[in-house]
Amino acid sequence: MGWADQILIAPIILPLVTGALLLLFDERRHFLKAMVNVVSTLLLVVVSLVLLNFADAPVGNGAATTGVYLLGNWAAPFGIVLVLDRLSALMVMLTAVLAVASLVFSLARWHRSGPHFHTLFQLLLMGLNGAFLTGDLFNLFVFFEVLLAASYGLVLHGSGALRVKAGLHYIAVNLAGASLFLIGVSLIYGVTGTLNMADLAVRIPAVAAGDRMLLEAGAAILGVAFLVKAGMWPLGFWLPNAYSAAAAPVAAIFAILSKVGIYVLLRLSLLFFGAEAGASAGFGNSWLLFGGMATIGFGAVGVLASQAMGRLAGFYLLVSSGTLLAAIGTDSVAVTSGALYYMVSSTLTVSAFFLLIELVERAQDPASDVLAVTMEAYGDDTDEDDIQDEVGVTIPATLAILGICFAGCGVLLAGLPPLSGFIGKFAMLTALFNPEGLAPGGGIAGGTWVLVTLIILSGLSAMIAMTRAGIRTFWAPIEGTVPRVRVIEIAPVAFLLVLCLALTVKGGLAMRYMDATAQSLHAPASYVQDVLSAESLPGAKTEAAQ
Amino acid sequence: MELTLAIAIGVLTGSGVWLLLRPRTFQLIIGLSLISYGVNLFIFSMGRPRFGAPPVLLTDGAINPADYTDPVPQALVLTAIVIGFATTALFLVVLLVSRGLTGSDHVDGREPR
Repeated sequence: MGWADQILIAPIILPLVTGALLLLFDERRHFLKAMVNVVSTLLLVVVSLVLLNFADAPVGNGAATTGVYLLGNWAAPFGIVLVLDRLSALMVMLTAVLAVASLVFSLARWHRSGPHFHTLFQLLLMGLNGAFLTGDLFNLFVFFEVLLAASYGLVLHGSGALRVKAGLHYIAVNLAGASLFLIGVSLIYGVTGTLNMADLAVRIPAVAAGDRMLLEAGAAILGVAFLVKAGMWPLGFWLPNAYSAAAAPVAAIFAILSKVGIYVLLRLSLLFFGAEAGASAGFGNSWLLFGGMATIGFGAVGVLASQAMGRLAGFYLLVSSGTLLAAIGTDSVAVTSGALYYMVSSTLTVSAFFLLIELVERAQDPASDVLAVTMEAYGDDTDEDDIQDEVGVTIPATLAILGICFAGCGVLLAGLPPLSGFIGKFAMLTALFNPEGLAPGGGIAGGTWVLVTLIILSGLSAMIAMTRAGIRTFWAPIEGTVPRVRVIEIAPVAFLLVLCLALTVKGGLAMRYMDATAQSLHAPASYVQDVLSAESLPGAKTEAAQ
Repeated sequence: MELTLAIAIGVLTGSGVWLLLRPRTFQLIIGLSLISYGVNLFIFSMGRPRFGAPPVLLTDGAINPADYTDPVPQALVLTAIVIGFATTALFLVVLLVSRGLTGSDHVDGREPR
């Protein structure tokens, strides 16, 4: 095994070592700490690019290339394995990209407003990457706790009564969720006697009829733990509060936290209860579908009702979670592939939006949001007299750039053409209208119509809310309150939006990758076979025996 | 033994859930701790608990697995205990900070009117 094979564990080792190293430096050496963090995060981007390339290498007839890393050189069902396939490579890549953006943003001032920001940041990355790469259910719990513990610290970063209150709720909800996770995992272990995901996929079809109820109860309890993380209605009330209270760069990286729940649900539901699962095939799909639709509805209403932009972004995260959950629930290859594209696009956008909000709101009086909405409600016709004076006011460059970014975010969030938000939604809607095996002239199920309507209406509500927020912010009278924005702060926002643009321009390439990912997810046989047939190294084994 | 274990898990988890739904932060943390005790016992019980059977293989010769108890849940419980302990400690700090900042031990940081 050369160094090239060891790179699979690099996304976990690298942040761990960096995070530990950063603890050794004095808290006052901001610059040094920041530089170490930046270098490590950039290295992570390089590593994840290599992994993405590896996962996408064409082998045979379109089968997934699964990289398997045996920890401690123990073969698959007995030891813990790390597994790299297209989906996990994609998630690791997304994490690294968001990390770069939010880290660069934080360098302007946020990283100095509390201790150990850089260490917690790196440990969060470690937990995220570990959760995406592991192939073992209990190991998933451990990485989940690593990322949650780091996120508890980060959500409190910057302190203040509001953050502590939101953080308290966030931690309590997630600790209760962790207990559910453990109950689910141990039930599954009690029935099947294994924790390896690939081995579970083999054993679940063979579970005796009497034990099936226990197994499904375990899977359902485990699912609830992830649905809490993903924010499904009615389990997601904590999400908008916690995310809008967090500091901007923290909220930006948290955009991928809710996607961890989505990732695990997508992976486990297709691996455990896919088409080959026998009596339990398709278990939980209707829950995901209807729960997802309820989440879209709740999120869309929340988006419309939000007065502050932070809460708007939080509720939009719920909409995007709901869309993804419902897409998983439809259990179709084409919908999954559209949903993956949508997930990448919406995560990048929400992350950019969280960063942008802080810049835009810097100019505003915190109370003015509430005031503006109240004025809308009661009508404000007092300002009409002084319109004639304002001829040819120049717009400051800062506001112009912020406005362009805001408009870009709006178009992406609402899913309007031509940007990637539209392509993702369009791919999903096309797939929903053309299910596999649809006879000519055949009808589409009623549930699909509801889902399609909800997806489109949620886009409309996002557009209304963004337009309202934009008018209030950018078309308000300019009276010397132009926000002071540094290049280092606007650059990450622009970077994320340009990535969305690249996703649009290179849409064919991206969709091909998503298609391949969805196909290998829906046919997990090659994943299972690759994991279980991975052999431990003979050389190391003889050394151990001697 | 199964009955005793089941009742213990039920009582711990039930009390924990009740405390979790109370409005004071101290009740919250005790509730979470009780739930995590219940869950730890539950994980343990998923390995089919038996009396007098060792979890670690001792001999080099032929081994009859039926003579041993399942070691995996015991390892899992250890991990879960450590993680639960660490997160409870962290939560305790947040409780104290919240108490200091708001002057109230209500979970919302202010007394209900």
